[in-house]
Amino acid sequence: MTTPSRTRKVLVPLLAVAALLALWQLVVTGGLIPNFLLPTPVQVVAALAGDLPLLAAHAATTLAEAALGLAIGCAVGFAFAVLMDRFDIIYLAFEPLVTLSQTIPTVAVAPLLVLWFGYGLAPKVVLIVLTTFFPVTVSLVGGFRSVDPDLIDLMRTMNATRWQVFWEVKLPAAAEQFFSGLRISATYAIVGAVIAEWLGGFSGLGVYMTRVRKSFSYDRMFAVIVLISALSLALMAGVDLLQRICMPWKRAERK
Amino acid sequence: MPGERATDAESADVASADVATVATGATAATSRSRPGGGEGLALEARGLTLSWDGGAHVVAEDVSLALRPGEVACLVGKSGCGKTTILHALSGLARPLAGKVLLHGEDVTGVPGRVSYMLQKDLLLPNRRILDNVCLPLTIAGTPRAEARERALPLFERFGLAGTEGLWPSELSGGMRQRAAFLRTYLMGNDVALLDEPFSALDALTRVDLRSWYCDMATELGIASLVITHDVDEAVTMASRVYVLRGDPRSGVPSRVVAELAVPRPASGTSAAEFALTRDFLDCKRELLSLI
Repeated sequence: MTTPSRTRKVLVPLLAVAALLALWQLVVTGGLIPNFLLPTPVQVVAALAGDLPLLAAHAATTLAEAALGLAIGCAVGFAFAVLMDRFDIIYLAFEPLVTLSQTIPTVAVAPLLVLWFGYGLAPKVVLIVLTTFFPVTVSLVGGFRSVDPDLIDLMRTMNATRWQVFWEVKLPAAAEQFFSGLRISATYAIVGAVIAEWLGGFSGLGVYMTRVRKSFSYDRMFAVIVLISALSLALMAGVDLLQRICMPWKRAERK
Repeated sequence: MPGERATDAESADVASADVATVATGATAATSRSRPGGGEGLALEARGLTLSWDGGAHVVAEDVSLALRPGEVACLVGKSGCGKTTILHALSGLARPLAGKVLLHGEDVTGVPGRVSYMLQKDLLLPNRRILDNVCLPLTIAGTPRAEARERALPLFERFGLAGTEGLWPSELSGGMRQRAAFLRTYLMGNDVALLDEPFSALDALTRVDLRSWYCDMATELGIASLVITHDVDEAVTMASRVYVLRGDPRSGVPSRVVAELAVPRPASGTSAAEFALTRDFLDCKRELLSLI
């Protein structure tokens, strides 16, 4: 198989999406699925445009929660990873617990958090921290441990301190895996915020979602889903941009 | 403690006696440096006994080596006979079970950071440009980056690296990366270098080029080098003296230095390729192959 050209790579998936949307539109307007159950794409876009100022306000809340939660989650994940790398006993003690913590469903914890922390910002941020620190910790620990032991020996023959080994060798070596983890964390952050908002809150896309669901406006349900996807994609693109800025040597390697 | 030391010296003497006995049969002249006369030697190992797992599994016994200032010596042995373990001990990364490592007569056993050290892998940091990669030993030692660059830049020409200063390691060929690693090793600033199969990851032509380039440069800069290799040709081409390590530690036979051969050097004007066809070269190679 030859590698597809740039235009083909963009054009083909775009056409596929367009075809699916057209099919969707036809199925509903043709009467195969009743319109009160499924809005057409045109109706979804109209709902999105009509509610835009309201959605923007709710999105701002959700984004703020996601950003704060992600920042704290990253900081906690980073600290954990450094400790696990530095002290074997901490690695042994917490490695299974960190994995276990990920098997607890977010939806099950969220109501508890609301009970404990109320309807404000706190339960949302805590939930996001809980879901985002894990990918960051796991990717960083993996990255730190992937360093060639010969390289650490070489650093020792240069009389490098532990801190220098960390800063010069381990941190750059973990950068790539860290950004993969951060990309996952970023999507978790948005979804986590929305789930926490479902269970109580005064504004946010989750709150909006609950309200439009209760009023059976499916077109606005779809509109907010589209918006959440778009926000997640934008956040991932932001992570990619950050990675390109932080790892300039990667561009040279791809050539 | 004093009692222990006496035993070490004794076993070192026995080891060197062994070497002498085996090497008397050699056609090439045997050089005998008595352990104990540490003055004038750049690096000396006396009766090193080494293990892989802290004592249970002895890899090498009674290893005594000497490196004179500015010379290139080789340690040859088959794969798995513990060459790298010996290098680890000489560089101070590992502590021997017994024996001592002396650098210009000073005891540096188990003290890393006193001799330069280079591996088969270039181990350049992918996130630093070549200039900053070779500066690493200087910046690690606390030299400000600008000053480190100033010291490294004039050396790029001499190391055949001109024009690569601003490139990333991934943009260089294997041979050039290894040259950069040599420059980094040089900037570690020691007059003794330990090299663990530094050419074996390179293609044949680059390897031949780099070998003779390295020998010339090390001589010019006055760096005593101990090169580890499993390649007998490489040893005869590069070294003025060759130590032969033999044993099979994986089957419970610790390795020992079984011979120390002086290698005839080519007459001036003879290229490495021509030298490799001379009788001297071939005799020496045959001798080594029979000992290894």
